[in-house]
Amino acid sequence: MRNLKGIYALWYREFKVFIREKSRLGFSVINPLVWLLVVGGGLGSVVSFGGVNYRTFIYPGILIQSVVFSSIFFGVYIVLDKKIDFMKEVLVAPISRTAMFVGKVVGGSTDALIEIVTLLVIGYILESTGILAGVSINFVSGIVSVAFLLATTVAMVSLGLIIGSQMESTEGFQLVASFLLFPLFFLSGALFPITNLPSWLSPIVFLNPITYSVDGLRGILIGISKFNIGLDFAVIGIFAIVTILIGTYAFKRMEV
Amino acid sequence: MNVIDIRNLTKKYKEVTAVDDLTLQIEEGEIFGLLGPNGAGKTTTLLMLTTLRKPTSGTATINNFDIVRQPDEVRKSIGIVFQDPSSDEILTGYENLKLHRWLYGMPGDLAERRIKELLELVDLTKRKNDLVKKYSGGMRRRLEIARGLMHHPKVLFLDEPTLGLDPQARGHIWGYIKKLAQEEKITIVITTHYMDEADNLCGRLAIIDEGKIIVSGSPQELKKKFGGDIVRLKAKNLNVSALKKLKYVIKVERRDEEVSLTVKDTNEHLQEILMLVGKVESVEVHSPTLDDVFIHYTGRTIREGAPEGGWAQKAMAFKTKR
Repeated sequence: MRNLKGIYALWYREFKVFIREKSRLGFSVINPLVWLLVVGGGLGSVVSFGGVNYRTFIYPGILIQSVVFSSIFFGVYIVLDKKIDFMKEVLVAPISRTAMFVGKVVGGSTDALIEIVTLLVIGYILESTGILAGVSINFVSGIVSVAFLLATTVAMVSLGLIIGSQMESTEGFQLVASFLLFPLFFLSGALFPITNLPSWLSPIVFLNPITYSVDGLRGILIGISKFNIGLDFAVIGIFAIVTILIGTYAFKRMEV
Repeated sequence: MNVIDIRNLTKKYKEVTAVDDLTLQIEEGEIFGLLGPNGAGKTTTLLMLTTLRKPTSGTATINNFDIVRQPDEVRKSIGIVFQDPSSDEILTGYENLKLHRWLYGMPGDLAERRIKELLELVDLTKRKNDLVKKYSGGMRRRLEIARGLMHHPKVLFLDEPTLGLDPQARGHIWGYIKKLAQEEKITIVITTHYMDEADNLCGRLAIIDEGKIIVSGSPQELKKKFGGDIVRLKAKNLNVSALKKLKYVIKVERRDEEVSLTVKDTNEHLQEILMLVGKVESVEVHSPTLDDVFIHYTGRTIREGAPEGGWAQKAMAFKTKR
């Protein structure tokens, strides 16, 4: 009970801060739109995959990219908390480290959820204007997409918090996070189909858990996927559980 | 009754022993000071007592709970105001207190009453709905003191409560600390490297240097141990050996052209001393301060060694953590 209240406290804080820093949501929505229109539009004039235009093809990948980036970078707030003594205030409270970790994950995921819903609504509007022709967003695919994106978010927020719990400086955090982010994104099939990869590349791509997020979401939203959607969801779900376990462990070990 | 009982508490980092075999009892209702220069081991002691760091050996009990074996019980018994700001500045003062209420699982109506009462105590009722980033340093510290008291702790720890505040704000904070000691009837443990702060607030204190307690007692007792006043003389060609022979001169210390004497019944003997030394550039007489006590036991002043402001300590903590 006490731990539930503690989780609520941490969630409350993240949520309040998120709605007060409106620029956070703004940028997290503008950035994917730029990718979609510039990269999607530019490359789209010469490339198309699977019978849909390139913009449509990368829309699920860009959704994933957007939540992966903002979720991992959420971990930087734990570094900032350590810089002032706010971290100690939480660590010294009579709640468990697990509750503390869960509270942070729930807080970060709420921010991402708002971002996800905004991007899906924008996708729906763009679909009806023909810019994203072939994307099917309805009640059912919307709900399943949110579930997929949330599972990815939880995994990535946990990953960000794991990094943040080990780092002393925001610069260090950014270095490590970027080092992980680019392979996670570029080797996920967000920007290209994964059906005919060169033999040296395919094992790397198939080891990347984000590949399964992209594949699943693309299956849901535009009907193109290599794997069974159930398999995709299982992989990303297991990845989320593993990162949560490691994150809880990292928080238990964290000293101030 | 001892509300805090520290037994052989020791914390070693790779090469450094930050806290060295510390044994100390603090009674219920005291305002107790841990006084020492930056890096003396005060904050490390505090972090161990508040269960944030594990001791290398030894232990302590707070409110009869063991800091190593019963950390959760200890946490419920204590409140802390940390050295660096620990409130969220994008939340309002009231929201910060509410956060604390949930972290400590306090029931709603009780918590609301307590918040109201404490905001009154630290004079922040009017500003409770302002974002903390709009607060001055002193206001923010007051808010954090109120927060530390929310869950009715038995012991309140204050780590350098006036570090970085201007003199006026410091005076205010002292006032609030005295007031809450009276109104809340709790035990307060303060760490500080300000002599005047320890002198002004603490009923009893321990002077700490290099992780060890050098001496402890009430400020008056410590000063009395001197047995006299301090006379500082500045002159060329001082005859130190003649001064040493005088019966009422307890101690003579020489530093360059300056001599510091500890003198019994100064009023009667000052004239004689001055006659003996001849022409002097300056004379200064004062009753012993805690600073003199510190110099007496360690041979240096409290401000020597590390720059002020806390970052040196942080830099050290950063290094020792690797």
